[in-house]
Amino acid sequence: MSSYATASPATSTAPVAARAIDLSKVYGSGETQVVALDHVSVEFRQAEFTAIMGPSGSGKSTLMHCMAGLDSVSGGSARIGETEITGLKDKKLTQLRRDRIGFIFQAFNLLPTLNGLENITLPMDIAGRKPDKEWLDRVIATVGLSDRLKHRPAQLSGGQQQRVAVARALASRPDIIFGDEPTGNLDSRAGAEVLGFLRESVRELGQTVVMVTHDPVAASFSDRVVFLADGRIVDDMPDPTAETVLEHMKRYDAKGRTS
Amino acid sequence: MLRTALRNVFAHKARLFMTTLAVLLGVAFVAGTLVLTSTISEAFQRSAEDGLADVDVAVRPDDDGDAAEGTPGGAADLPQDLLDTVSGLPGVASVRGGVTGFAALADPDGDLVGDGWDTTGTNYYAGTDGSGTDTRYPMAEGRAPESAGEIAIDAETAERTGYAVGDTARLSVDGPVREETITGVFTTDDGAVAAGGSLVLFDTATAQELYTAPGEYTEFALTAEDGTSQESLRGAVEPLLPADAEAVTGEEAAQEQADSIEAATSGMRTALLGFAGISLFVGVFIIANTFTMLVSQRTRELALLRAVGASRRQVTRSVLAEAFAVGTVAGVAGFAAGVGIAAGLRGLMSATGVTVPDGPLVINGAAVAAPLLVGIVITVLAAWLPARRAARIPPVAAMNSVHAAPTTRGLVVRNTIGALFAAVGGVLVLAGIGADDSGLTMGLGAAVLVIGVFVLTPLLSRPVIALTTPLMRPFGISGKLARLNAVRNPRRTAATASALMIGLTLITGMTVIADSLSKGIDRMAAESMTSDYVVSMANFAPLAPEVGTALAEQPGVTAISGLRNAPVLIAGDPDVQNLTGVDGESIPELVSVDFTAGSFDGLSGANVVVDDGTAEDFGWALGDTFEVSYEDGASESLTVSGVYEGNQLISGIILDSATLDPHLDRPRDFQVMLSTEGGPSDAAKDRLESALGDNPAILVQDQDDISEDIAYVFTLMLTILYALLGMAVVVAVLGVINTLAMSVFERRQEIGMLRAIGLDRRSTKRMVRLESVTIALFGGVLGLSLGVFFGWAVGRMIGDAMPTYELVLPWGRMAVFLALAGIVGVLAALWPARRAARLNMLEAIKAD
Repeated sequence: MSSYATASPATSTAPVAARAIDLSKVYGSGETQVVALDHVSVEFRQAEFTAIMGPSGSGKSTLMHCMAGLDSVSGGSARIGETEITGLKDKKLTQLRRDRIGFIFQAFNLLPTLNGLENITLPMDIAGRKPDKEWLDRVIATVGLSDRLKHRPAQLSGGQQQRVAVARALASRPDIIFGDEPTGNLDSRAGAEVLGFLRESVRELGQTVVMVTHDPVAASFSDRVVFLADGRIVDDMPDPTAETVLEHMKRYDAKGRTS
Repeated sequence: MLRTALRNVFAHKARLFMTTLAVLLGVAFVAGTLVLTSTISEAFQRSAEDGLADVDVAVRPDDDGDAAEGTPGGAADLPQDLLDTVSGLPGVASVRGGVTGFAALADPDGDLVGDGWDTTGTNYYAGTDGSGTDTRYPMAEGRAPESAGEIAIDAETAERTGYAVGDTARLSVDGPVREETITGVFTTDDGAVAAGGSLVLFDTATAQELYTAPGEYTEFALTAEDGTSQESLRGAVEPLLPADAEAVTGEEAAQEQADSIEAATSGMRTALLGFAGISLFVGVFIIANTFTMLVSQRTRELALLRAVGASRRQVTRSVLAEAFAVGTVAGVAGFAAGVGIAAGLRGLMSATGVTVPDGPLVINGAAVAAPLLVGIVITVLAAWLPARRAARIPPVAAMNSVHAAPTTRGLVVRNTIGALFAAVGGVLVLAGIGADDSGLTMGLGAAVLVIGVFVLTPLLSRPVIALTTPLMRPFGISGKLARLNAVRNPRRTAATASALMIGLTLITGMTVIADSLSKGIDRMAAESMTSDYVVSMANFAPLAPEVGTALAEQPGVTAISGLRNAPVLIAGDPDVQNLTGVDGESIPELVSVDFTAGSFDGLSGANVVVDDGTAEDFGWALGDTFEVSYEDGASESLTVSGVYEGNQLISGIILDSATLDPHLDRPRDFQVMLSTEGGPSDAAKDRLESALGDNPAILVQDQDDISEDIAYVFTLMLTILYALLGMAVVVAVLGVINTLAMSVFERRQEIGMLRAIGLDRRSTKRMVRLESVTIALFGGVLGLSLGVFFGWAVGRMIGDAMPTYELVLPWGRMAVFLALAGIVGVLAALWPARRAARLNMLEAIKAD
């Protein structure tokens, strides 16, 4: 099932940033039991931009939540680098998320009481660390927010807010960034901008990004698309374009209907 | 719509719980007050009626009537021959002569029974021939006292002290200690005993010797023969009485007692209801806050109702109906809790020695209706504005995923109004300091100023809370976020902090005033009394002449003077004035006053010194003379030989006792001042006390004792105030809990995000806790500031009349209050912080 050896040549030999081995997640019990993840195994390599796709209820968000230490698993193992995260206590897990994982959510990404810069450095402030000035400047320059740092989120457009969120995720130099529909609330132009920055962060800053999306165009910015259906990985597509992704979705959609 | 409202109540029961609790506490206080006071007054009234059951007509001195022409002073006692005359009247079944006064009884350890106020001595009236029985005091054990040296005590006192028939008890009426044998223990309906006082019985002759004069009574109690009405008996008795005595029927006497009990308890009721009012007032803020938050949380739901066709009025009504339901529940529960409080308080009162006559809890119509009404009206009124706001939600808000958060629009209007109120209030308070009707002006100003500050609190919240920045720094990001969150919704923060502010304003103000007053009086005592000791009765009754004599004979006494009062009429003035007799030679060494003219020198014969106030009233100057007429009818011409600056402790017309004594019926000092060689010492004090027979009823106090006494009175008063105002603080805590819980609920997505990106549970808790502490401290600082201001203003007013008054800022106590405010914050945050830390991140992050 994990026949994804055909990932992009640039990253194929890179070390693994995160991996799931035989990961299961079951909600409820008895007759009301719902299997969200059914023995999923997958690896995400460093400096790779992966999109996870699939229809509603396919388990794509659950997979991301379990990999990111936001949700507990029912079986199998999830690792960030070499760290096993299943079974970690809340305190350790929180520390791991703080120091090694970056997050971009669909909405409510920023604290309305803090300005742009304060939001970007929030994870470091939580950790009580001083941000790496040089890196911070580079990240801010990359997402093009230099003149918006003193603004409050309410004074920024949706696209700008999401760019602040991207900068926040990047600023602490995490091992891996997880995005949950990061462009779900944006119009296509602003969405393309944010995705462009994510891709740039992978190409130029060597960042690892895993993003859940249902948008073929968003997926086309990635290096690789992992398709989920009914809690299982059903396909793994390298170098996607909007067309090939759409084609793939249609095929599975049709298959789902006929089977 | 009513159904929708009710469903909402049940759907949000957890959220409404705190609101209900806040109303409930206030209501319970109102109900408890009403039930307790009516229970107590009914119980006293019943015992008064029981005590007067066999009295058809009472004859007693006429206190308020006009004294005989030209002779000022108290009414005369009722002589034996009058009793005999009255007994002979047709329709009179029996006449009982009573002689009553103060009797200080010592327990076996030598301590005073009671506080010196409520121990009474009276006669056992055994009829004219001395062989009858007094039906009021049936002997449970032993027999009635028959001669000097014998007493009977009431059963309650016997139980309390452990005295039994045959024991010897020490007793004092006005000074000398008497050793008495207890011959009997009796039971009685007497109201004073039922209320926890002690009653000592003497035989009639002894009582007369102690309290009046042989053959004189203080009261007659007449019983009518069957068929003679109280009214006609009174008519028959009245013409026989001297001008300074009066006759009243038993019914009238009972009614009078009932009225005076009513008056006594109504003061307590008013005070307690005042405090209940304060906590309800605080409750209003919480209710309004809660409903505002409930409405804003339910914006979409309400908009949906509007979109499907509900009118504005229906939306308003649905919110008000919800408030009505909450108010009703709180009213009913508060009433039940109030009855419990009343029962508990009565138990507590008897446990602490304040005995209330037994009787059932009295729950009258007012005690049922008032709490219910108060609960409902307050809740509905407080929900009025939020309800109107709910009605203004546009139907389109149902379609928007995000409804506009409360804006700062309207704050400009609010701030202007607030500034206006605060300014007018402040000016009024300041104007009140010098005004004639100062209390009224200042009270009005204080109320207006407080309202102004309430209105301004949102504006004040930002700068004041910004001051906490350095304090929050050690807490890192949690501290920073807490500070920012605290000013996020200024109105809500303001309403929450105001609830705490009211309580602290009152507590601080009272403390400042009490401490300053206490210090002022203390200083006045220290400055104007230079004597080493002051000797007086524990209940400030007059001292027997023997006390002064015994003290004067003590070795080492360098100066001594008794102080005695004599009522006189001054020519040209219809009011009775008081002359104070002192030892003219010693007095300069015992008191220190500043003379504006003349001095104490030559204070003998017809010379008097007067305080400047009295001198001004009568237009006297040094050397002027005036005519006085005494109690005994004699007149004398007195000369002003000095004018001094009076104060609250020393004032009036002072002259040598030798001039006064010939005109007094029984010259007795209310106080003896003395100085000893080498000043006050424990040994000297012991010597003086033993010279007086270690009489528990007599206080020998030095300067320190007096200071302690003064401090004790104020401390006691403050303790009671703190306990009562504590209610308002408890209600305020509920408000803080409510606000925080709502804030945590509203910010759950934000908190979920913070948790996701690495804020651990501890820091999350700390963030909520610090926000809570910040809001609480904000309220605390406002309260302290206002309290100090009011304390200062009232002090300025008092200071005009009391030169030794100075503002005392109890820094230590104020620091404690502020710390308490902080603790309130921490406690209030316990549950909301836990909720925030336990929040399900995934649920929270999901966009809704």
